[in-house]
Amino acid sequence: MKKDLLGIADLSSDEIYRVLDTAVAMREIGERPIKKVPTLRGKTVVNLFYEPSTRTRTSFEIAEKRLSADTLNIAVAASSVLKGETLADTAMNIEAMAPDMIVLRHASSGACHLLARICRSKIINAGDGMHEHPTQALLDAFTIRQHKRRIDGLKVAIIGDLLHSRVLRSNVLLLTKLGADVWVSGPPTLVPPGIERLGVRVTTSVDEAVADADVIMMLRIQQERMQGAFFPSLREYYNVFGLTEERVGRARGDVIIMHPGPMNRGVEIASEVADGPYSVILEQVANGVAVRMAVLYLLAGEVEAD
Amino acid sequence: MAVVMDGDRMGKTLTRIAHEIVERNRGVEELALVGIRSRGVPLARRLARSIKEISGHDVPTGALDITLYRDDLMRHAVGAQPVVKSTDIPFSIDDRRILLVDDVLYTGRTIRAALDALIEFGRPRLIQLVVLVDRGHRELPIKADYVGKNIPTSPSQSVQVRLAEIDGRDEVEVEG
Repeated sequence: MKKDLLGIADLSSDEIYRVLDTAVAMREIGERPIKKVPTLRGKTVVNLFYEPSTRTRTSFEIAEKRLSADTLNIAVAASSVLKGETLADTAMNIEAMAPDMIVLRHASSGACHLLARICRSKIINAGDGMHEHPTQALLDAFTIRQHKRRIDGLKVAIIGDLLHSRVLRSNVLLLTKLGADVWVSGPPTLVPPGIERLGVRVTTSVDEAVADADVIMMLRIQQERMQGAFFPSLREYYNVFGLTEERVGRARGDVIIMHPGPMNRGVEIASEVADGPYSVILEQVANGVAVRMAVLYLLAGEVEAD
Repeated sequence: MAVVMDGDRMGKTLTRIAHEIVERNRGVEELALVGIRSRGVPLARRLARSIKEISGHDVPTGALDITLYRDDLMRHAVGAQPVVKSTDIPFSIDDRRILLVDDVLYTGRTIRAALDALIEFGRPRLIQLVVLVDRGHRELPIKADYVGKNIPTSPSQSVQVRLAEIDGRDEVEVEG
């Protein structure tokens, strides 16, 4: 693997499987009475979050602590960013204190690539703008594999706000790389032009997307990223694109329903579906810790290429 | 290159160790076997079978992966991280007599890592070490309680233990 984890685009399928296999062993550590191994003792990891995040930040922090790394969290509201410092300057100042890894969440696509170029620390992308969220895609793949034992040949339907979603992009890159048959569906205003070039089938009909699907992945309606009127109302959105029990009924009997969170109940997903027997949404959260442990472990051993 | 133990000899050796285990622990009720991945695991299972034949008791058996406890992680100049496999100890080790099983005892560093890993699962009454081959050259003050065979080697040689479950046949070979 490379020094940094910036996106799924940089990973080969062998590297993806390496992360997923390692995560199996990491998951067992979370089931022990003492949920800690000494592997990253003496390593310092900075969690630098320029966007609010509960799940991802907590998940990374637990993963780091289970591997015995020293962690510190920098949240944007409490930092000198408010005083006008640029991302590069903040990064160089953190870098001067010699951390081993920086986990970055930023609202701008490509922020992680900038940091990777200027920092010696290893950079892990925890979500950059509308670009990528690689650890989310890896934990989704881990969860699918846990239930279906494979990814190759599965029909995966991804439904919702395709335009603003870094989760979509990372998942599409990963799932197509591993041979899944990926369908995407959403309002035409929220379908990025040219998305079919990533090797997915596009449809505006949710019913068509979910027909005989092995996996249904719902995406959040990201109201905070929407400046325009992409659809008439949330009610209307739910009626046309919301995942209801009736729509789940068109999928395979052993379908699993996924959502990266946070969920908008009654907007993209019905409450009874989110809480239904086929929902693996909370397993995704549990698996996130194991997958992030695997990523931290595998990157920690990598030496800088140049 | 010499085969120093063939399949027949290995079977007899493991049976002899099983007898020693039963004799020395005066009963097997509190015993549990923990094999170190990879080849300690099938060896532990075979010992469990022998102990069952001798005593009639089932001894619980687990598998321990010590990768995350190694003292040479992050110290390699080049190369990817070693592969981590799952640890599977499906019983409580508290107050048990644990028999830690590995194929080759060499520097002792694997055993040091295994002791650290094991102790995080609880507080066993005692831990004893079983190895099929002791090849010398210890770098830590560690000693086996049960040894299949002592094989004098030079550090430049390598000792290959092959087991039917993993390698298709049973033998120990010294190479180099």
